[in-house]
Amino acid sequence: MQLPRLCLVAVATIALTSPAWAADNDTLTVGFTVSQTGKLNTDSIAQMRGFDLWRDQVNAKGGIKVGDKAYNIKFVSYDDESQNGRVQQLYTRLITQDNAQFLFSPYSSGLTATAAIISEQYGKVMLTTGAAEEKTYELGNKDLFQIYSPAAQYLAGALRALKEKDPNAKIAFVYEDDPFSKAVAHATLDLAKMAHMTIVLDEAYSGSTMDFGPIINKIIASKAVALLGGGHYADGSTLARQLHDQKANLKWVTLLVAPDSPKFAELGAAATDISVPSQWEPQVRFKPDFGPTAQEFTNAFNTKYGVDPGYHAAGGYAAGLILQHAIEQVGSIDPAKVAAALNKMDVTTMFGRTKFATDAKDHGLQIGHDMVLAQWQLKDGKLTKEVIWPAAAKTADTVMN
Amino acid sequence: MAEILASVIDGVLIGAVYGLAAMGLTLIWGVMNVINLSHGAIIVLGMFALYYFSSVLGLNPYAASPIVIVIGFVAGVLLYWVAVHRVIGRPPLMSLLSTFAVNMVLIGLGTAFWSTSPYNVPVSLPSVSWEGYTYTGTHIMAAVIAAVIAGLLYLLLYRTRIGKAIRAVSANRAAAELSGIPTTQMLALSFGLGVTLAFASGMLIATLFPFTILSGGAYQLKSFVVTVLGGLGNPGGALLGGIFLGLIEGMATPFMPVSWMPMIEFTLFVIVLIAFPRGIFSFSRT
Amino acid sequence: MISVRFNSFRPFPWLILIVTLAVALVPWWTDNVTSRENLILAALDITLASNLNLMLGYAGYVNFGNIVMFGLGGYVGVYLVSVWHWPLLGATFVGAIAVSIIAYMFGLGILRLRGAYFALATIGVNEAVSVFVTNFEPWGGATGLYLSLDAYAPLGGPGRALWIVYFLMVAVMGLSLALSYGIRHSKFGLGLLAIGENEDAAAILGVPTRTYKAMVYSVSAFLPAIAGGLYFFKSGIIEPTGAFDLTTSIEAIVMVMLGGQGTVAGPAIGAFLYEELRGYLLTAQAFSHFQLVIAGLLLLVIVLFAPGGLMGFVHQKLPFTRRWLE
Repeated sequence: MQLPRLCLVAVATIALTSPAWAADNDTLTVGFTVSQTGKLNTDSIAQMRGFDLWRDQVNAKGGIKVGDKAYNIKFVSYDDESQNGRVQQLYTRLITQDNAQFLFSPYSSGLTATAAIISEQYGKVMLTTGAAEEKTYELGNKDLFQIYSPAAQYLAGALRALKEKDPNAKIAFVYEDDPFSKAVAHATLDLAKMAHMTIVLDEAYSGSTMDFGPIINKIIASKAVALLGGGHYADGSTLARQLHDQKANLKWVTLLVAPDSPKFAELGAAATDISVPSQWEPQVRFKPDFGPTAQEFTNAFNTKYGVDPGYHAAGGYAAGLILQHAIEQVGSIDPAKVAAALNKMDVTTMFGRTKFATDAKDHGLQIGHDMVLAQWQLKDGKLTKEVIWPAAAKTADTVMN
Repeated sequence: MAEILASVIDGVLIGAVYGLAAMGLTLIWGVMNVINLSHGAIIVLGMFALYYFSSVLGLNPYAASPIVIVIGFVAGVLLYWVAVHRVIGRPPLMSLLSTFAVNMVLIGLGTAFWSTSPYNVPVSLPSVSWEGYTYTGTHIMAAVIAAVIAGLLYLLLYRTRIGKAIRAVSANRAAAELSGIPTTQMLALSFGLGVTLAFASGMLIATLFPFTILSGGAYQLKSFVVTVLGGLGNPGGALLGGIFLGLIEGMATPFMPVSWMPMIEFTLFVIVLIAFPRGIFSFSRT
Repeated sequence: MISVRFNSFRPFPWLILIVTLAVALVPWWTDNVTSRENLILAALDITLASNLNLMLGYAGYVNFGNIVMFGLGGYVGVYLVSVWHWPLLGATFVGAIAVSIIAYMFGLGILRLRGAYFALATIGVNEAVSVFVTNFEPWGGATGLYLSLDAYAPLGGPGRALWIVYFLMVAVMGLSLALSYGIRHSKFGLGLLAIGENEDAAAILGVPTRTYKAMVYSVSAFLPAIAGGLYFFKSGIIEPTGAFDLTTSIEAIVMVMLGGQGTVAGPAIGAFLYEELRGYLLTAQAFSHFQLVIAGLLLLVIVLFAPGGLMGFVHQKLPFTRRWLE
């Protein structure tokens, strides 16, 4: 007697709580890899959370509307272990075996460059996020679309902010020897030379470096007061900690990527006053043409994951939003039509303005989006991340000792 | 000038730890003519062992070290019986491959448990500063502990009966067996000691830098360089060789990009192998 | 084991030809891209393993750094295609010749070392070349070289190019097996096997050991270098960590040992089996981290209990296979 009633309740519950999963919805498969393990894992997982949040919200609202049909989003993803070889094999698999209709990139410029070759060889549309290096878009592609601002822009704001505070500062450039960091560093070195700023050190370190002692000694010997560089989370956070341990006494430190993660605050005193160029911060106030505001996105993310989103998560979420918008605009999931819609796009979302270059020589490069500079500041004994640049977006003044 | 001195001091400090690592390798090589290709993986396990005791169980890292060392010894003896015992008399290719297989298994298991993400053992000690350069307390402590362990090893090998037995087996196994020494047990003991030294060096390195399951490769290659510099089977030479290597690293880095360092080390390695097969610091009768 | 040549019909070379043709044509006829992707990796592994066997199985010298030939061949090939716009075949061929010459010179140097020392020196060579290339800006440094997508245009676009590269890779695989077989039945091969059994005795008996060793080191570099040029052309990007990956080098050794060192079919079978295993482990979520553990255990068991590998076992139990499946 009890069991049939229980079954009835169960069936009713299932039917009532999943209205979106209408049996007649088709699925749209999006494929990508995540660096669940390996040195890129911290930021890659953050990016994946952005993807996941988008997918869950879309499916909860009944899927993407295409004409009079609706598609539920299905992800197929694998762990690329932060390695190029695996990215190659896995993207080939995603396309040829898992029949992914659209692709997101892995995290990091290096891995994305590898994935992009595969996606172009098979003619698939790929939205790249977490990838800022420009070279990938200069190889004659047709179906790549970059969400992030390109690498050349990363440290431009930091350089300008530094020049305002101390135009004669001796600057040391110490950065990871990988496609992204090198692209940023070289572009910024050119800008610094054009602005007649003093450069006292220019050195790249291998991404697997754990012992920054020798490099820090060089920084001290060069009498630099400012440091620009870094790479990704693992090396950036280690460099920050060892700079503090070895009392390098720099007055200005801007590191790429690493300080943007909430995890960076765990370094305590070593994290104080370190700034980071950021694609997005929760405090930004863009008025979106569609989708949630930055505040709404931050709240939803916090509710789901218990932590504030950084720009990696925001970029992942934005990739989903943009893809969805393109599909809905053109009313089709045909790759050629979606690519055409993306080429025409010039919109603003919680992430900022998005517009893609359409010239053959740098197709897909992001030309609409601007970056901000954020800094970890100690207020009442607590470390918080404030936006310090540009003036229009800032939430606090720059701290420089 | 101060910069060069700073680099040299840093080099010597870390060189003592390289020497400790290499001592393990050279002991095994000298006593039983086995090149332990799982040396790097064992160093990394020493790092993770310290991580487990200090970060997971909350002990002070230096207080946990004796426990870690004992674990290292037990693991070493076990490893001998599993992978090395059967390949002792056979062509060197076999022991190379068997220890290499152990390396793969250890790294594979380690990756499964801890993934390739970085880990850290936070240790805080007062540091010493001079002329703008700082020598962290952890570096100094690591060098001191490495020297102490080296000293203990010397005492064991040259002032105890067991040490004498080990040296006898390494000189001539058949004669030692005839003299009544249980050679197989001595071999197991020596292997265990070699692994312990590698474990201990890993433990010390963990107090200095972050590490991943893949960090062992770099230290294994440095250990090979140091071993051939110091001469096979010569622990004293290994310690000196380690300090020498640290010195070279320290002196070269101010003048060139740090990323060229591994190539210098490997070129040195190949040159020493070809030109000085007995090692540069060889004092022993071989 | 030296084969006895009293019977003039040799079935094995025909087997090589048939298998090569089958591997080349089956994915093409069934238009199955998935199997093509799996088989190209298998063909690559068979190439690497077979050529490694020339040193490891015949002459008894473990080349831990065998991947350096593959990586260098890849770099020269991709460089010639992307910067100097050479056609693919010309670029890979010239790359292979360059690598073989470099290998011969290196060989004269490090082949004075015996046994374990040689093995360690080869690891050193691989790492040194890797670090050098990482710092060498004309080859892209740590970033590596990217092929722009119009590099595939002379071959008819990316889609066709992938098929063409596949056929070429299978051809290289077939040539590797044929080379392995040819050497084994030649005076050169006899000399190598003698060196493998007892180098000093061979030298005393008049085998020009130094020359032969350098020659086999050089010859064993040629086809892997071509394979490198092909593989990285297909990937569109080459960078140091992928080109000089020590793990792949080691896996080649496992494949040779698994299949049976010193035989011709052994490395091929070992490579194929290992590749299947690895492909399975790559995507089976539960096991993806155990790839290395399983490979290691396999190697350990083989070394401790069955050093002759699979072919050693089969040849023992079924003697007729010694002629049919060398």
